[in-house]
Amino acid sequence: MDYSFKLAGDQSVVVKFGNQMNEHTSQTVQKLSKVIEAKAIIGIEEVILGYTTLLIHYNPLKITYRDLLTTVDLLIKEMDLSKFKGNNTIEIPVLYGNDTGPDLADVARINNLTPDEVIDLHTAPFYSVYFLGFSPGFPFLGGLNDKIATERLDSPRNRVYAGSVGIANNQTGIYPVTSPGGWRIIGRTPISLFNPNSAKPFLLSPGDTIKFKSVTKKEYDEIIVKQD
Amino acid sequence: MVIVIFDVIKPGLLTTIQDLGRKGYQKYGLAVSGAVDHYAHRMANILVGNQENAATLEVTLIGPTLHVNETRTIAIAGADLTPYVNNTPVPLWHSFTVNKGDTLSFKGYRSGCRAYIAVAGGIKVEDTLGSKSTDLISGVGGYFGRGLVKSDTIHAYEWRPYKKYFPRKLSPELVPTYSRKVNLRIILGPQDDAFTKEGIDTLLSAEYSVTKDADRMACRLDGPRIEHKIGADILSEGMFMGAIQVPKSGKPILFQAGRPSVGGYTKVGGVITVDLPKVAQLKPNDCVMFEQVTLQEAQEWLQVQEKMFKILQANC
Repeated sequence: MDYSFKLAGDQSVVVKFGNQMNEHTSQTVQKLSKVIEAKAIIGIEEVILGYTTLLIHYNPLKITYRDLLTTVDLLIKEMDLSKFKGNNTIEIPVLYGNDTGPDLADVARINNLTPDEVIDLHTAPFYSVYFLGFSPGFPFLGGLNDKIATERLDSPRNRVYAGSVGIANNQTGIYPVTSPGGWRIIGRTPISLFNPNSAKPFLLSPGDTIKFKSVTKKEYDEIIVKQD
Repeated sequence: MVIVIFDVIKPGLLTTIQDLGRKGYQKYGLAVSGAVDHYAHRMANILVGNQENAATLEVTLIGPTLHVNETRTIAIAGADLTPYVNNTPVPLWHSFTVNKGDTLSFKGYRSGCRAYIAVAGGIKVEDTLGSKSTDLISGVGGYFGRGLVKSDTIHAYEWRPYKKYFPRKLSPELVPTYSRKVNLRIILGPQDDAFTKEGIDTLLSAEYSVTKDADRMACRLDGPRIEHKIGADILSEGMFMGAIQVPKSGKPILFQAGRPSVGGYTKVGGVITVDLPKVAQLKPNDCVMFEQVTLQEAQEWLQVQEKMFKILQANC
């Protein structure tokens, strides 16, 4: 396995597994993050997953850079990817189009499809959660069908509502909190991805698989009522 | 028991409750947040006998006006925004007592950008995911996830004065000076190889100025373009405090405490930890120059600083 270490300031290091964003690389990153956390190595404070990288925050007063590299090297060599186990499969109900998916019609038009075809193509795959970032609980997903890949909006919206499901190039994702954003919004989920005051604050974890399901306005409203 | 320490008369430009940050959730996309200037935050706490991680009020450029509701030892550290109690100026980097009925206010900016108000016992708010710090991006933590506004009431933990230790004053050699021209020591990486040799030379020789676009998340600089070899985009990866991100514009952006957990642009280097407080105190039109140092040097300086903090905290 090819990898390299890159300095990231004096308290973190990036472990980089090549330049290719794909399932295998993402599983390698996820596996390393799990192994590091399971070992609870003194001096390693936290890790951040990326598409092909794992950033490791460490405390140089507790572990030297040299010892850190030696330790991580060893962990990578011992890693057994054949035992990779994803976590859960989570179904995400989505109300596509209209007010909750203002860009569905454009995504369809740009790709020479009907809105229903976009919905079919978006709900068909099982998407892997590669990692979370950007805002709390925001999943970076692998598996979007190229037929519905669409460029970002020319100018981002000031306000994208929590739960909005969007497309940006060959990525699809869900906005967990209301924030500005430039993704093309095709629908909205009534379920919450980030609940800071609950026992499980984040709905998703790296390694989860998600499946979008198209729901009606009635079903959408019922789920909202049930959550409250 | 509910103890109201301050009533907010005027909130100032941006006053938030901060500690040393929310750790361990960046892999879920939650920002660390916390005090932008750890040095001033920690010192303010030490001066009032608190643990370093106790919550303080982070004050930005224009300070708040606070009505004091409870007699208590407090300390202000960081930027000099001309603090007053009633009609009397009060010193920075000192602890002193404010009395019930006093008014704490700030008469105007003199140097630096951010000041920290620590109260003995610590500011009291519920922990959100292990921290009291305010994360303005996701609106969690601190005071309802937002900056203070008029009529907010700030609570404090119970505290029994043990007078023989107070008031306290920080040794002058430990008090930083905030100049308008700052030299920042950096380590190259993780994407320094995405830049041309000329690009790196520009970074290490040119003078940059701080733009108006500077906040808790990042400090944007203006100056000569740092030239990329091919492009400025990378596959999104983890961010770190002090990261010097260079997007397509070629103008560096210094990432601070309120940064998002991941970013998709090249990072030419990182400001070393002991120099991060200098970044925290930058304000628009200040000048910045970068100097390359080695990892070993940076970590030795950090070790010296932390030894000093350990001694201060032990005598606290």
